[in-house]
Amino acid sequence: MGQYEMFVTDVLVIGAGLAGERAAIESARNGLNVTLLSLVPPRRSHSSAAQGGMQASLGNTAMGKGDSPDVHFMDTVKGSDWGCEQDVARIFADTAPIVMREMAHWGVPWNRVTLEKRVYDGKEIHEDPEKVGLISARNFGGTAKWRTCYTSDGTGHTVLYTMDSIVQKYGITVHDRVEALSLIHDGETCYGAIVRDLRTGQLRVYTAKSTVIATGGYGRLYGASTNAVINEGTGMSIAYDTGVVPLGNMEAVQFHPTGIVPSWILITEGARGDGGYLLDKNGYRFMPDYEPNKKELASRDVVSRRMIQHIRAGYGVDSPYGQHLWLDIRHLGAKHINTNLREIATICRQFNGIDPVHELIPVRPTQHYSMGGIRTNIDGQAYGLKNLWALGEAACWDLHGFNRLGGNSLAETVVAGKIIGEKIAEYTKDVSLKVSTSLVEDHLLIQQKRIEQLRERKGTENVYDLRNRMEHTLNTNVHVFRTEEHLLEAVHELQELNERAKYIKLRGEGKGADPELAFALRLPGMIRLALTIATGALARTESRGSHFREDYPKRDDENWLKRTLAYWREGAKGPELEYEPVKITESPPGDRGYGEATAGAKPLVKQ
Amino acid sequence: MAGRELTFRIMRYNPETPEVKPHLQDFKLFEEPGMTLFVVLNKIREEQDSSLRFDFVCRASICGSCGMLVNGRPTLACRTLTKDLPDVTTLLPLPVFKLLGDLSVDTGTWFREMSIRTESWVHDDSEFDPTKQEERMDNEEALKIYEAERCIECGCCIGGCATANIRPGFIGAAGINRVARFMVDPRDKRTEQEYFEVVGSEDGVFGCIGLMACDDNCPVGVPLRGQIAYVRRKMASAGWKMKVGR
Repeated sequence: MGQYEMFVTDVLVIGAGLAGERAAIESARNGLNVTLLSLVPPRRSHSSAAQGGMQASLGNTAMGKGDSPDVHFMDTVKGSDWGCEQDVARIFADTAPIVMREMAHWGVPWNRVTLEKRVYDGKEIHEDPEKVGLISARNFGGTAKWRTCYTSDGTGHTVLYTMDSIVQKYGITVHDRVEALSLIHDGETCYGAIVRDLRTGQLRVYTAKSTVIATGGYGRLYGASTNAVINEGTGMSIAYDTGVVPLGNMEAVQFHPTGIVPSWILITEGARGDGGYLLDKNGYRFMPDYEPNKKELASRDVVSRRMIQHIRAGYGVDSPYGQHLWLDIRHLGAKHINTNLREIATICRQFNGIDPVHELIPVRPTQHYSMGGIRTNIDGQAYGLKNLWALGEAACWDLHGFNRLGGNSLAETVVAGKIIGEKIAEYTKDVSLKVSTSLVEDHLLIQQKRIEQLRERKGTENVYDLRNRMEHTLNTNVHVFRTEEHLLEAVHELQELNERAKYIKLRGEGKGADPELAFALRLPGMIRLALTIATGALARTESRGSHFREDYPKRDDENWLKRTLAYWREGAKGPELEYEPVKITESPPGDRGYGEATAGAKPLVKQ
Repeated sequence: MAGRELTFRIMRYNPETPEVKPHLQDFKLFEEPGMTLFVVLNKIREEQDSSLRFDFVCRASICGSCGMLVNGRPTLACRTLTKDLPDVTTLLPLPVFKLLGDLSVDTGTWFREMSIRTESWVHDDSEFDPTKQEERMDNEEALKIYEAERCIECGCCIGGCATANIRPGFIGAAGINRVARFMVDPRDKRTEQEYFEVVGSEDGVFGCIGLMACDDNCPVGVPLRGQIAYVRRKMASAGWKMKVGR
């Protein structure tokens, strides 16, 4: 068996972004022993990159007046195209304001309401003097009220730094630069994880009463993604690999309207929320023609489709990196751009050499968020395995259904972190840890063998070539607009890649903490996720939220008001799809008030 | 049109083979439009040497993972455009931090230790009351906290600091700025004397000899010169008061 380090803990949290840390804090406050694992130092987690903000119906601003959890709930359900769990959306909307205040108590420097004069979309905004100093909010897409709490251009950064400061205050154990390779389980119960130390390459064993996956999304499957390079869906993969835990709604992939061309770094929705326009090659503001009510601030799925539709109609701007459109924030003025949208200004100047105070920003819809993930119940317990939990982007809790509203995922991390964190703490107190040594060693051996096999270098396939093929097929065939023909092509190609991934040959020796070996261990799981996305998209013969089938352009509540559950059974060559009903507790499916159903599918351009 | 041929002279060291001394290795590739060191290093790893170690996470100058010495100057690799570089560029890992291999250094552990040493959290014993409205705060005050909170813990200020390079316990500009972040926060109930215990020493604010490379090197433009002056002033006065008090 060889030597390995072994750690025993009550609660093992895999992923130290906002969701993982918030859940860990709850367990630590309840006197449990917690260990947080992270690919990177926790403050470098992708949560830190969220610029925009967090939705919570505090209703402190003039433009948020009359807001309430009910309004927030309804926006979320409409945004999801009635694909979300309504009991989850309800508890989320009710709890979000409390959690924002708690974050303020812990140290987040939220922007506050001021009486400073402000003109928005031609109208002057007058704040209530009695609200001055309370938590402010900005406008985001798909919302009836201004509800997005923020700290200038760095909401994710400040909330993550504050959260991590509380992790330090409680003295929670953090092991960074480690990667979980598999879950230890017997098909019924989860007992922890087999983990690789990325400093040395050594394997470790962590056993736990409760194992929590909070590893974020899989954006890097697409290559062209706003996501950080660590967002490779590994947490989803290791749960999926058990053969008994299903992934929910993997075909629901969000494309953000404004990835900057060509580095695909995110230009926050705050840019449009604060009053930015989308322009075409003629400098014409086209969104009001398609979406007369919400204009640039319809939900992300709608804006992304309208943009591609407009490009297809011949109004795209040519560039060496394909056609794009323009984002225009010049009219917001230098002061606003350089403070509230400073991060955007920095990205434009540093990565594109343009000054958004005077110049247009090239943008195109880019993979951004995974609504799907490890399917859990409302308490965050994963389907299929006892003592396994998941939350945040890695999970399909299912707050977002088929489209997530901007500002709802960052809020989900901390709100779910509190709600599910409490459940984990409560539940773990009554668990006694009994794990057999042979079970642990069996799982360890599987990973040791994978590594040894790769080091023997007997395969034929280059790991980066396989990745490039996977990225290419997803970007070409499983993007904003989908058809049976393209999805079939993607499924076939990904099936082939899944076979080829068994014969990876390292270029180097793969010794110790070798980065190529780390990637070779990860890639097969990534391909399985990609195939699951394509397979789910092919099967779903309707259009709902971000999943738009050109051959089935209408939402079909009669046949498809249900959630996809994908299982990858032991030894199977592909996913097995099942479906479960969507929980509707308050709002029967209706019209979103924006998008093709309302404004018509045809372009309405009057240039 | 073929781009310039660029040479990258990169420091190689693998802690698992300590018998191979740290050395520089040259890699050549052709420049492409909009190319950054993020693109360059990944290309080298994928096409030329799969063992090359370096750290990127966000690749958008937000997360602070990729600090390194680019032609001797500490900066973020992700936002360094090759069009601003000469034909030959030397890449070295940031000094001061523990070297994990090639260009990868352990900034995470350093910053975690510094944060715990300076007790970088809001000190307030009151329990959060979920039924109450939030405490009010002036927006200007919030912006002032954010100004210091913007530090991304990349370590460029530390790698380029003369004191940090010779005094292992020195908390550097990042540490002093961190203390300033909590000093300006009205929610933190620590007294000047308590801060003095944390930062009123040669390993704290009085270790700074005022060369201010940190201020020049900060990739996100935290006003470190001002922050150091602010903490130094506060601590000098606290120290004086404590002396008089005795």
